Amino acid sequence: MNGVYWFWRLAAALLVGVGAAFLFEWHVDVPAYFLSRFWRIAAPVLVGVAVLLGWQAAVWFSGVPAYVLPGPWLIAKTLLHDGPSLLGALLVTLRITFAALALAIVVGGALAILFSLSRLLEVSLFPYAVILQVTPVIAIAPLIIIWVNDVFAALLVCATIVAFFPIVANTTLGLNSADRNLNDLFHLYGASRWQTLRLLRLPSALPLFLAGVRISGGLALIGAVVAEFVAGTGGAETGLASRIIEAGYRLEIPRMFAALFLLSLTGIAIFIVLSRLSRLLLRHWHESALEPSD
Amino acid sequence: MAETLLAAAALAKSFRNGVAALAGVDLAVMPGEFVGVLGPSGCGKSTLLRIFAGLIEPSTGRVERAASLVGRIGFVFQEPTLMPWATVADNVYLPLRLAGVTRTAAASRITAMLESLGLGEFAAAYPRQLSGGMRMRVSIARALVTEPALLLLDEPFAALDEITRFKLNEDLRALWRQLHCTIIFVTHSVFESVFLTNRILVMTKRPGRIAADLAVDLPEARDNALRLTERYADNCRTVSRRLAEAMA
Repeated sequence: MNGVYWFWRLAAALLVGVGAAFLFEWHVDVPAYFLSRFWRIAAPVLVGVAVLLGWQAAVWFSGVPAYVLPGPWLIAKTLLHDGPSLLGALLVTLRITFAALALAIVVGGALAILFSLSRLLEVSLFPYAVILQVTPVIAIAPLIIIWVNDVFAALLVCATIVAFFPIVANTTLGLNSADRNLNDLFHLYGASRWQTLRLLRLPSALPLFLAGVRISGGLALIGAVVAEFVAGTGGAETGLASRIIEAGYRLEIPRMFAALFLLSLTGIAIFIVLSRLSRLLLRHWHESALEPSD
Repeated sequence: MAETLLAAAALAKSFRNGVAALAGVDLAVMPGEFVGVLGPSGCGKSTLLRIFAGLIEPSTGRVERAASLVGRIGFVFQEPTLMPWATVADNVYLPLRLAGVTRTAAASRITAMLESLGLGEFAAAYPRQLSGGMRMRVSIARALVTEPALLLLDEPFAALDEITRFKLNEDLRALWRQLHCTIIFVTHSVFESVFLTNRILVMTKRPGRIAADLAVDLPEARDNALRLTERYADNCRTVSRRLAEAMA
């Protein structure tokens, strides 16, 4: 078994693949419609299949043991076999993720509204929101786990800290970027602060708020996993991070990959759901949600 | 003689960055007038209009508004300035909504206003689905739905193509005759001001003052055929000459 040798073979295969793709595109005149609709799905799928096949072949021919690098086939089998036990853990992780996202939306949204109502408050508090954001959660998680007795609550706090900043920053920006002339118009017609907030500033902030939520969805998942890594495997109900740590200790690398796969899938699903939600809410008016044909 | 609707005395405005926009504007506007404010870009026309609306305060000088004007000023900006997330009907409903009028109570007024601006079938449309001219019509409908005693328009048609602008000029003139409101219309177009208004205030370049106060000598009822007449051309010539003098 020669790892370096296999690396070069894989690299060469990759180069050939990329070259073939270029030749295909240069020499075959693909209709624009075909390219836009069909290939947007088919091309990444093809790349994925090619990578999986290459990976499987490399594992087969090199004889790398499964506790170093399992092939995708073995991972799939493990996923099927360990699925039920991993799904329970996934559910725990998901609970923390969504609770953190909800909390981030409520806390972040409320803070942003407060900031937009009082410039003084924004100037005084915003730097601390930044400090909270730039401090790695992995560094403060041990403290939080010591301070907060309940494991679920501790993980929730950590994940929320990671997730809430994009919502605060985006929503504050959105609330402050309402059209100047519309602002004047509201003033001219004697609108109250509350009316201006509800009818002008909140709708103006919606696109940026939703963009923030989309980022925070992924961050909440990352926060939930990272915090659980720090918290360790204690507690009655444990999430996917604990499964990954356990699998690592026991050198059950296929199981580790299976858990990893589930995590990625969850992240993608959250992103897609939140993107759809954003498009749905903005479909009538915002550039980002308009159909290309419009 | 009716009471003066709006009067300005020695109105001056300098901004914090040191730019002097207006230097001593005196004028009086009577109820029912259609007044044009004509001047080059950056002469302070928009500033003057914003002071009239109460959106900004003058640095020195005074504005006196008749009691009948309180809460009864409409404003149309250079851009349509619509809420993109709201339908045409909801955009027009806005001023009434802010005044606490319920939707049911406002419905007939909104429908009537949309009809009179040729927007009847677009009530449920969103602004992005409309052309620039139609958006400006919505903006005007929104300003008129409160039945304002004074309507202030700040170069509303400057961004539109000429064909659309001519049509909107015709319609605005007809609306003014129908609604009996007072209009102050800011523009940098001699032709537009002559076609639309009964009285033109020519402004100097920045800092703006009123250099001439001219009466437009044209019939009350006006349509696009007027643009081809000698009388219209004469008026435009006179106003152009006074504008050139004011710029010198």
